[in-house]
Amino acid sequence: MDPKQKALLEQFQARIDAEEKIEPKDWMPDEYRKTLIRQISQHAHSEVVGMLPEGNWISRAPSLRRKVALLAKVQDEAGHGLYLYGAAETLGADREDLIDELHEGKAKYSSIFNYPTLSWADIGAIGWLVDGAAIMNQVMLTRTSYGPYARAMVRICKEESFHQRQGYEILLALCRGAEAQKQMAQDALNRWWWPSLMMFGPSDKDSKHTAQSMRWKIKRKTNDELRQQFVDVTVPQADFLGIEVPDPALKWNEESGHYDFGEINWDEFWQVVSGNGPCNRQRMEARVKAHQEGAWVREAAMAYAEKRSKRREREAKAAIQVA
Amino acid sequence: MSPHQAHFEYLLRLGDNALILGHRLSEWCGHGPILEQDIAMTNIALDQVGQARSILAHAGKVEGKGRDEDKLAYLRDVGEYRNVLLVEQPNEDFAFTIVRQFLFDAFNFHLHEALRSSKDEQLRAIAEKSIKEIAYHLRYSSEWVIRLGDGTEESHRKMQHALNSLWMYTGELTTPDEVDELMLEAGIGASLGRIKPLYDEKVSAILQEATLGQPESGYMQSGGKNGKMHTEHLGYILAEMQFIQRAYPGMEW
Ligand SMILES: [Fe+2]
Ligand SMILES: [Fe+2]
Ligand SMILES: [Fe+2]
Repeated sequence: MDPKQKALLEQFQARIDAEEKIEPKDWMPDEYRKTLIRQISQHAHSEVVGMLPEGNWISRAPSLRRKVALLAKVQDEAGHGLYLYGAAETLGADREDLIDELHEGKAKYSSIFNYPTLSWADIGAIGWLVDGAAIMNQVMLTRTSYGPYARAMVRICKEESFHQRQGYEILLALCRGAEAQKQMAQDALNRWWWPSLMMFGPSDKDSKHTAQSMRWKIKRKTNDELRQQFVDVTVPQADFLGIEVPDPALKWNEESGHYDFGEINWDEFWQVVSGNGPCNRQRMEARVKAHQEGAWVREAAMAYAEKRSKRREREAKAAIQVA
Repeated sequence: MSPHQAHFEYLLRLGDNALILGHRLSEWCGHGPILEQDIAMTNIALDQVGQARSILAHAGKVEGKGRDEDKLAYLRDVGEYRNVLLVEQPNEDFAFTIVRQFLFDAFNFHLHEALRSSKDEQLRAIAEKSIKEIAYHLRYSSEWVIRLGDGTEESHRKMQHALNSLWMYTGELTTPDEVDELMLEAGIGASLGRIKPLYDEKVSAILQEATLGQPESGYMQSGGKNGKMHTEHLGYILAEMQFIQRAYPGMEW
């Protein structure tokens, strides 16, 4: 490495160590930029793809109040997506390119959204568990070293905790309701529990990005730490609902002050990540379809904007000639 | 028909229009042509379902049989729904959705302007609150009619096609019937006679700016707002919307 480059790198690391935020115009290593673009765009894609499983129940929400709440929630996720694409663009990425990468299968999004929503209780479970897991990760990211990402997270976290409470409240209504409703809630927990734990990503020993991301303070906690934190917070909430976490190995450990829990099915995790989950194909098809069928709308909007600015120019010229 | 019955029917019309169109728009959520428009359409859907809740809750009170917003939304069948045919038409594509929205908003705006002086105090308050939202809906749908009408050749063609297809459902909006007349007499409802020229004027102006040809006022299909003959689409909307309440009757959600 040439000495100038080395000095820049050292300076950069010193700023990180001093807890200074890195801003878009600051010098940063290419790898830092790339890592962030990858992570932020994955996050943005997750917000947008995540609209699909929940959107699946908007038309069937069981009351008008629930319908409005769910619509607003899914709309929030679209807003998060927009906001995060914006954060990625501060790093020189282009939203269109990022979306193309998603549609071409080159970019990832959170695997959890490749699971189906089969009952109304799933909407509760997603809010409670999926938004809940997202919050663990995102609260940490409010202190990430890249300024625009950290600031985006502050705003997004507020909404995510609202979503989480809303999801929990859906399940609470079911668990305090009729037997069929309670069963619905239990069945949802059975199906969403393990995929939620998988949301934190591979175990630390298999995570290829963690070490460098920790050094750059993009991440501040490892996948396993966050996962443990999630389990510790969530199990008592399941107890309060009166439904059972589907893990026979789950046990409070007096000594460590944490819950011990069973082994995650990593085969399933890698299968879903690589495209073989229950809804991977449908999710991508839905996104690609929306994008392709929207092409004429985007083209027309552009053509109209152009026509209008030309018309304005002509009018301005004409006005000058008259004067 | 008694004035009391007409009052209930009149409120159902308003509530059902808002609910069914809001429901249709909400079908776009997650599938919009542009993320920004996904958000904008969901905004309108949110406003409309919100308006439907207030109006249906009020309708239930006026009826006086203990039906609340959810009982009215989830436990009436096709023949008891009172929305106009226009709003139950399927989304098809963005052109249909925008044209349907505009043809309805232009009417709904003038309707709610008039309802701001209704003698039904609750309805007046709802109209007062909704008018800002509806003004925004009308601005949004008008702008998109113009943008897509005067955009590319393809968008123009799609818009003209949607307009030609949906036009026959516009007659019902401004044609008064017994309920409208009873409510006008009672000072509760709006005068459709007064709204019609305003509606025609707004529609012509926007279509002209959009370079779209206004269809001949030929055959007009009706049967939505009096519930006599809905289109086949409404049954599917209700089957989906009411699924949980029908499959698990009498539960709290
Ligand atoms: Fe989100
Ligand atoms: Fe998120
Ligand atoms: Fe969320």
